[in-house]
Amino acid sequence: MAINLESSNVATRENRIGSITGYIGSLSDLASQSECGTLKGCSRCFSQSSTCLSSCALGQLSAIRDVAIIHHGPAGCSVASANAYYLDKVMAKKRGVTNDTVYVGTDMNEKDTIFGSTESLRKIILEVNKRYSPKAIFVTSSCATGIIGEDIDSVVDEVRDEIDVPIVAVHCEGFKSRIWATGFDIADHAVLSSIVQPPKEKRNTINFKNFYESARPEIMEMFRKFDLEPIFLYCNSTVEELSHISESLATTCICGTLGNYLGNALEEKYGVPYVRSINQCGIVGFETWLREIGKVTGRSEKIENYIEEQRAIYLPQIEKIKKELKGLRAVIGMGPGYTFEVSRVLNELGIEVVWALAWHYDKKYENGDVPPSMKYLLDNDIDFEASVADQQNFEVMNILHKYQPDLYLSRHPGSTVWAIKNGTPAVYVADEYMIFGYKHTLEFARTILDATRNRSFEQNLAKRVKLPYTDWWYEQNVGAFLEEAKPRKEA
Amino acid sequence: MAKLLDKQRYKCALGAMQTVQAITRAIPVLHSGPGCAQKLSDSTGSSGYFSPNIFPCTSINEKDVVFGGVKKLETTIENALKVIDADLYVVLTGCIPEIVGDDTGEVVSRFENAEKPVIYASTAGFKGNNYIGHEQVIDAIIDQYLEKSDEKEKGLVNIWADVPYQDLFWLGNIRELEKLLAEIGLTPNTIFGYNRGIEQIDKIPKAEFNLLVSPWVSLSNMKKMEKKLGIPYLHYPTLPIGAFETSKFLREVGAFAGVDEKKVESVIGEHENYYYYLIERYADLFLENRVINKQFSVVADAQYALGITKFLANDLGLVPAKQFIVDDTPKQYREAITEEFKKLNYGLEAEAVFETDSYKIHEQIKEHDYHGYPLILGSYYEKELTERLKGNYLNIAWPVQDKVVLDDFYAGYTGGIRLIEDIYTVAVQRFN
Repeated sequence: MAINLESSNVATRENRIGSITGYIGSLSDLASQSECGTLKGCSRCFSQSSTCLSSCALGQLSAIRDVAIIHHGPAGCSVASANAYYLDKVMAKKRGVTNDTVYVGTDMNEKDTIFGSTESLRKIILEVNKRYSPKAIFVTSSCATGIIGEDIDSVVDEVRDEIDVPIVAVHCEGFKSRIWATGFDIADHAVLSSIVQPPKEKRNTINFKNFYESARPEIMEMFRKFDLEPIFLYCNSTVEELSHISESLATTCICGTLGNYLGNALEEKYGVPYVRSINQCGIVGFETWLREIGKVTGRSEKIENYIEEQRAIYLPQIEKIKKELKGLRAVIGMGPGYTFEVSRVLNELGIEVVWALAWHYDKKYENGDVPPSMKYLLDNDIDFEASVADQQNFEVMNILHKYQPDLYLSRHPGSTVWAIKNGTPAVYVADEYMIFGYKHTLEFARTILDATRNRSFEQNLAKRVKLPYTDWWYEQNVGAFLEEAKPRKEA
Repeated sequence: MAKLLDKQRYKCALGAMQTVQAITRAIPVLHSGPGCAQKLSDSTGSSGYFSPNIFPCTSINEKDVVFGGVKKLETTIENALKVIDADLYVVLTGCIPEIVGDDTGEVVSRFENAEKPVIYASTAGFKGNNYIGHEQVIDAIIDQYLEKSDEKEKGLVNIWADVPYQDLFWLGNIRELEKLLAEIGLTPNTIFGYNRGIEQIDKIPKAEFNLLVSPWVSLSNMKKMEKKLGIPYLHYPTLPIGAFETSKFLREVGAFAGVDEKKVESVIGEHENYYYYLIERYADLFLENRVINKQFSVVADAQYALGITKFLANDLGLVPAKQFIVDDTPKQYREAITEEFKKLNYGLEAEAVFETDSYKIHEQIKEHDYHGYPLILGSYYEKELTERLKGNYLNIAWPVQDKVVLDDFYAGYTGGIRLIEDIYTVAVQRFN
């Protein structure tokens, strides 16, 4: 991949790395088709609502401390500012810092869609800068501004002289891509093109891309043993910190979907190695990841000692609980950065995956390789039915209805409730560190056991509610609305 | 014209998907980008029979922007009718189809003979906020679904109040208003919440009158119904909270409906007796705590700014500082609302400030002398500010992070008591 930081636009995942949102088959077929380049995504003639890429992009950027997000669009686009405000306040408080990031909208109205509103936007940028003196300013578009051709790049260029902090245009039209993870790339691109500076000196730091840093204290402690200092991105990051991430020894991430763009770009532009192992979920994942970090940073010996010490504590406990989990059958529905990682962990714990849904699928990562999590499953002869669906709940429900698994695991808001209405126990793998390393893998296994042992809540509810889908739908094949793949136009 | 929306307190017109969601077994069908529904929903009571990830959506992409999305809309509606078990399908348009010129009305008209009713409302984000979107949805029901009825049901009253989900207490409030009307012998009819759906919508034309309890939201709907369906309306601008306003409310509704005055007075008497039994027991707490002072500000939509100001002034004897109305109230309603704030006991008048730029609101709160700790009732944005001012803060308006409400309410006599409980629960957290 060639990353072009001169342009404020990022190509979508569909166009850049051939990502798809429609597929039904098996894991091995999905992988072999990706490898030989024959995989084509299908579209649907019926779909349910999913997620906007701007939520991902601006969710990332608004977590940076003391910056300003100016979301140019109608009030519904910038509505995410309410939750961003809340998150910024509570996350900063938890960490013992302050975060005065502001996220404003421009409340665009009908007249603006006809006459344009770049002049208002210019004034708004200057006013926000005056009011809050942010450390960086992100000016972002919406579907409406995108379609009417509002030139936010020019507005940003015009005000740059009057503003003495980094300011950059962020192109977030929701219609651009059905893959909301494109938003992560957009955020990374904005940070890379406006804040990150070329390295001046090497530091003992390692860039750690994550979401909400719940395991930060324990990871800091662990890395201290290896004489490494993690910099967590972007929640609670400062602009100053970000300006130096090119000086780190390596970049790693908790989720391949989340960290892919930044990791590859830092490697390509500044030679910061990107750790491309399977992720830290489960035992094999954690150890593989640690060893890769050891290799990249020259700390293999310390890391082997740590692994030995931790194994002694946790492996006997995990082995014990595995006996109790034996025989459970699970369906999982998550982003691809987790689906194929969690499948591996379930396999490790002796739980049978009967169907795995990924909300999208990246045929290849930026460096051209098949995602490592997929490669691992294939190399180890782990196969199951799989589909790709951008959170199409009706497809999930069709699968749960047919398979009646013991367990549904998902990671996205509003998804677990539908499983329990089907009478299926659900585990919400919301926290990205829920299966991190030995300790959390053990906790995860225990949570699954608890969730499948006491099924009162789901049984109580399932008995009393009617599901919103017709009998007709449950009789259809899960792929009933998938349309034949058409040849893709390459960008 | 685009403006600086700093700490925004409303959504866009497409937020009216929540109005549809509040009607049991009605489903929004979105002609919009893929993520609008998720953005516009809060995970507070939104996982009912339908939830945002059940809403069919055309998930417009780049190609549809260029070539139009009507074909996708047609297959989406067609299949929604097959896949989703609903009583009413309400197609809502987002920004994209309205800018590129998709003729949604024409597509929807192809479903005129569908087994279930399919209607549509124009709710592009740039057309206004979710208060306006709410009105658009009700307009769509009136225009495209309801027919005038020659038959009227004696005592049947349609009650309309503020916007479901945007109003944290919408469910509890409307049930309490129903209860109060039933107590004076009327038959309330509402279309939102548990067990209220298409059947209640069908009853609308048979009502003797519409009762609107809101400073401005839905006033245009009332006028439309008066014209098309011949239903007169009573506009009661203040959400009645506590004894003073609720008794006034019952008298006015009673008089309008021609209910026997004695009946109304007896209902009022009974409620007031119990209400003041409670107040009497807790009066010492109100008088002798060290942290609640006389002066307060509400930062909320017109409904709560007005309702709470009247309650705190007329029931509890507090004195209003500036009151901030943040719902972008259309200009034509502002004067009447401003006047309402001047109708307080002992000739007190409250200054109502219509403002959507929260920076300016916060500056004015900081400048005001509250004669001690300020009492601020507002949205989550006021939390940190009030803490810095060492004041007392209660989260009553969207966005809400400090409170979980399933069916709690502030309307009526009981609602007033609930609000007192909430305010003093905050107060007792500290000594001085």
